Amino acid sequence: MDINVDNLISQMADQLSARLEGRPEPLMIGIHTGGVWVASQLHELLQLSEPLGILNIAFYRDDFSRIGKHPNVEPSNLPFDVDNRDVILVDDVLYTGRTIRAAMNEIFDYGRPSSISLAALLDRSGRELPIQADVVGRQLSLSEEEHVKLCGPSPLTLQISKPG
Amino acid sequence: MTDKQLQLDPQGRLKHFLSIEGLNRKLLVDILDNAEQFVGVGERTVKKVPLLRGKTIVNLFFEPSTRTRTTFELAATRLSADILSIDIEKSATRKGETLLDTLRNLEAMHSDMFVVRHSNSGAAHLIAANVAPHISVINAGDGRHAHPSQAMLDVFTIRRHKQDFYKLKVAIVGDVMHSRVARSEIHALNTLGVQELRVIGPKTLIPTGIEDMGVHVYHDLQEGLRDVDVVITLRLQHERMEGPLLPSASEYFKLYGLTEKKLSVAKDDAIVMHPGPINRGVEIDSEVADGKRSVILQQVSHGIAIRMAVMSMTMSTLAGQQ
Amino acid sequence: MTQNRLHIRGGQLIDPANQLDAQQDLYIADGKVLAIGQAPDGFQPDQTIDASGRMVIPGLVDLCARTGEPGNLSKANIASETLAAVSAGVTTMVCPPDTDPVIDSTAVAELIHSRSAQAGLARVLTIGALTQGLEGERLASIHSLKAIGCLAFSNADRAIVSSEVLRRAMEYAVSCDVPVFLRAEDYWLGRGCMHEGAISTRLGLPGIPSTAETIALSRDLLLAEQTGVRLHFCRLSTAAAVEMIADAQQRGLPVSADVSLQNLHLTEMDVDFLQPDTHLRPPLRTQRDRQALRKGVADGVIGSICSDHKPLDLDAKTAPFSDTEPGASSIESLLPLIIKLAAGDSVSLQQALAAVTCNPSRTLGLDLGQLSPGASADICIFDANDDRLLQRRDLLSQGKNSPYLDWSVSTRVSHTLMNGRIVYQAQPE
Repeated sequence: MDINVDNLISQMADQLSARLEGRPEPLMIGIHTGGVWVASQLHELLQLSEPLGILNIAFYRDDFSRIGKHPNVEPSNLPFDVDNRDVILVDDVLYTGRTIRAAMNEIFDYGRPSSISLAALLDRSGRELPIQADVVGRQLSLSEEEHVKLCGPSPLTLQISKPG
Repeated sequence: MTDKQLQLDPQGRLKHFLSIEGLNRKLLVDILDNAEQFVGVGERTVKKVPLLRGKTIVNLFFEPSTRTRTTFELAATRLSADILSIDIEKSATRKGETLLDTLRNLEAMHSDMFVVRHSNSGAAHLIAANVAPHISVINAGDGRHAHPSQAMLDVFTIRRHKQDFYKLKVAIVGDVMHSRVARSEIHALNTLGVQELRVIGPKTLIPTGIEDMGVHVYHDLQEGLRDVDVVITLRLQHERMEGPLLPSASEYFKLYGLTEKKLSVAKDDAIVMHPGPINRGVEIDSEVADGKRSVILQQVSHGIAIRMAVMSMTMSTLAGQQ
Repeated sequence: MTQNRLHIRGGQLIDPANQLDAQQDLYIADGKVLAIGQAPDGFQPDQTIDASGRMVIPGLVDLCARTGEPGNLSKANIASETLAAVSAGVTTMVCPPDTDPVIDSTAVAELIHSRSAQAGLARVLTIGALTQGLEGERLASIHSLKAIGCLAFSNADRAIVSSEVLRRAMEYAVSCDVPVFLRAEDYWLGRGCMHEGAISTRLGLPGIPSTAETIALSRDLLLAEQTGVRLHFCRLSTAAAVEMIADAQQRGLPVSADVSLQNLHLTEMDVDFLQPDTHLRPPLRTQRDRQALRKGVADGVIGSICSDHKPLDLDAKTAPFSDTEPGASSIESLLPLIIKLAAGDSVSLQQALAAVTCNPSRTLGLDLGQLSPGASADICIFDANDDRLLQRRDLLSQGKNSPYLDWSVSTRVSHTLMNGRIVYQAQPE
């Protein structure tokens, strides 16, 4: 399956532009790591003036007690005040919805946004929580054993694999 | 040595945090990197992450200490854990309840972690060796042996100012004999590969055979401070200031107290550290303590981040085992 | 008329007192050794013990072994510890005065003597207190204690701080014609829990420098010279002390010394927070010290090796290291580790066995620890090729605080005799 990621992102940028018509400029927050790559491009295409926020949801995952993973990536950095602002949350793959739940919990620990919209490059079925994306690059139906991964940061490509 | 076996699980992950000895360089760097992430938490409005929500941490302090206890309490709270502080007077245990009996009683309260401080070396090890398998133990100081979280926060502070350990000359000044902080710092700095490590103090306060731990011993402050990048001063306890070890606090200050003048032989950008609380006019004068070289206040906030890092690492290792 | 005639047949007899090391038969009657080699005319044994493939030695004389009775540091008592002793080939235990209450009254000495007679296993001899309560201030009733059977006098592990008191105690001992046993340790420098050195520094444990021993030793030697007392130094731990004793002996002073099993086999490197069985007094010192102590035994400067047996309950050893009670349960390791020592190249088998048979006996002015005709038939028969690991469950002592668990040993006692009577016989496997 050949998916041109850059094209998808441009389409997402168009959709976002349409949604944001007439509203004050939103803040953009990307979820580490893939979400940040996608968000960087969106941020540039939409010419947002405030810097891009980065969220590392490692501390908010609900599976810490089960997996016990060491959080070991860049710390979150939101170089702005989220109070009363519209936030666009960006991730690469929307699957179970747990990452987004964790991201929203974390954002609310920083302040109280007036709204959060979700932009996902890929929406794969398999939701475990009532979460939906507002802007989607492409919908994919994958079986449980299949994995999809965004590779980057440049160029951005999608890798779909099925364990043999 | 038993340190490695007790502290690490078969995959080499940190299960208990008892001493720097037995931990390799990679693990120490992991702790520092994890702490980096937690530094920012203290600057937000909601100074918490939900990482350890639902977990119960017990501060078991057999030796009183407001500072260390408060730092661990803050670290636990910022990780959203429930924390219980118990100050056990040593005399209470003398009334018949042994250390291990106290432990069993506390385990019955569904604790997930014990932070232990004791005036005898090896106490935290004893507890770690006897505790139920789902509980991790953090050593908040045992006798003269180790104070690993203090050493890590000092090393964290050094890294933030100096980046590269390999080029550093570090001097530890003061009562090394009675200092668990010094011993842990020596292990940490050597494991991280500093160029040179020195201890400076009167012979009465430098313990026998400390060279074997990988340090050069100096009794002259000026010689010892020449060209150093980092100076760590240790606290001098009141009871040591007069007696067979030292004649007086004022003589100590004359010979080993840090002043701007004495520091002039160190590097221009040398930093000065102190585990606190400082005795002004004994280990260090106010000009230095409040001056541009001093990073003493930063050490305190770094202490919270380091403790958050260590607590979450050990807790996650045990969570992963279940 | 003669009763209990025993014939021990085919064993390898080793008796350092008589420089014997040969395959010979042994004949016993009326509780004494009757003959070696040739059966006396008309000798008919009531019992024959087949000792072929085994060694036959005098029952061991342990110059320092505590029974825990009287006292309440552990469940150990004379019955349990004398059983442990004979199961390990020890027929005579010499008990230091640090019981609770202290052996500074004839009542306590009598209690010990009668209890051990009652148990009927190993012989328990007593060393009386030198000062009242071991406090180092007033003299104990040395003459009365000697009359009741105490063979020597010591202050156990308590330092006598006042040189004046020590001098007077030595003088009094001279006029009572008793030897004085001292463990040399300076009170002030001795306040620690392990050897002072690089390891105590690393572990942050208070250390006891070697000078704690040598300073006290030199004071005690000078006072011995001044007073003329027969002095025996207990449990040396430093190389320097060995030199000082050798020197004193060369100058003709009546000074003898012993060393504990632990200081011959372990060093400061074996000390660990989680091994409170290595918390010992005297402390375990350096490898150099251990080597010098072994050489001291080989050269005869150190005449005796003792187990320094101190059985302790688990509670006494389950606490942070410096809070634990020092001491090891070691009597059952005396024979195996003496043999192990002799298997190395520092000490010969004859010397090693002499150190636990005739030499300690001689220090006490007794005729035990030998297989000479007429000697008390205290005998140990053991297999020297039974390779196994020393395990906790094998210990008969009430004290399981052994630093030798999981060590490989090769001896197994098959029979122990006291006064010609079998007091221990191994169960068949």
